[in-house]
Amino acid sequence: MHIPDGFIDLKTSAAFAAIGAAGVGASLKGATRQLSEKSAPLAGLTAVFVFAVQMLNFPVAAGTSGHLLGGVLAAVLVGPYAASLVITVVLIIQAFLFADGGLTALGLSIFNMSLVGVWVGYGIFLLVMKVLPMKKPSVAIASAIGALISVPAAATGFVLQYAVGATATYETSAVLTAMVGTHILIGIGEAVITFLTITAVLASRSDLVFGFKGNAHELEIR
Amino acid sequence: MEKVSNKKFYLGGLLVSLVLAGVVSFYASSHPDGLEKVAEEIGFIETAKDPATAGSALADYGLAGVENERASVGIAGVIGVAATGIVATSFFIYLGKRKKQ
Repeated sequence: MHIPDGFIDLKTSAAFAAIGAAGVGASLKGATRQLSEKSAPLAGLTAVFVFAVQMLNFPVAAGTSGHLLGGVLAAVLVGPYAASLVITVVLIIQAFLFADGGLTALGLSIFNMSLVGVWVGYGIFLLVMKVLPMKKPSVAIASAIGALISVPAAATGFVLQYAVGATATYETSAVLTAMVGTHILIGIGEAVITFLTITAVLASRSDLVFGFKGNAHELEIR
Repeated sequence: MEKVSNKKFYLGGLLVSLVLAGVVSFYASSHPDGLEKVAEEIGFIETAKDPATAGSALADYGLAGVENERASVGIAGVIGVAATGIVATSFFIYLGKRKKQ
């Protein structure tokens, strides 16, 4: 879902870059509060893992592929603020080193994947956890559901940007239908990868997982 | 609760990431992703411009000058893992330490 240059006009791109920068600024504050010396290396590893898995496009429908966004995976592992930073670092490296996503479009992609994807998905995770017991399988299931929703949510972010500042003149409603439909399918892949990864980390080092038991609470004590 | 030592956990995670980016990536689907496909079907793909970084030696996840596709994407993946690891880990460790001051 890395947006190339040209889809969205420069004025709109600049506006979303400003929103993205404000979001990253807030994430820096939040992450400084939530990260500890113990959890900081996990944020680094999460970025590495998200970068690696984003290279693995999986087929979804005829002639279409998708790949992990990783927002909810990161949020459950290291908390939502650090997760936004994790995805932002990955997007910056992808744009500058790998020409994946445009530079003027970077703010648009950061808004969709680092902010909308992370926070909508993490919100769903928290909601699902309210009705499930605090057990490892619940955390994995809630993560998967959050991940599933996070992908069409991020796709909707693009549709918003398209509506505001597309350089093309095709109907926004057609873009909305196509984007959401395709990205629900990609969301299933996102859910599976997130479920498997969270399950593996919970099995080996549940003490590191932000979204499990008292870990989040413990980390917020100053 | 800590079934696996820190060293094993982080080395294991790094190794998995290296294998995924360095080896498995060759088998990834080369079809356009969701956004690209939608842009093709609706028609606004024509408004896409090449990024300013298109000339990067690692553009499109391949190392320029390496003919062998498997090696090209694999090396690009390993470089990406290394770059992300160095940048992200030093950044987050800095953030984690800053809180105490």
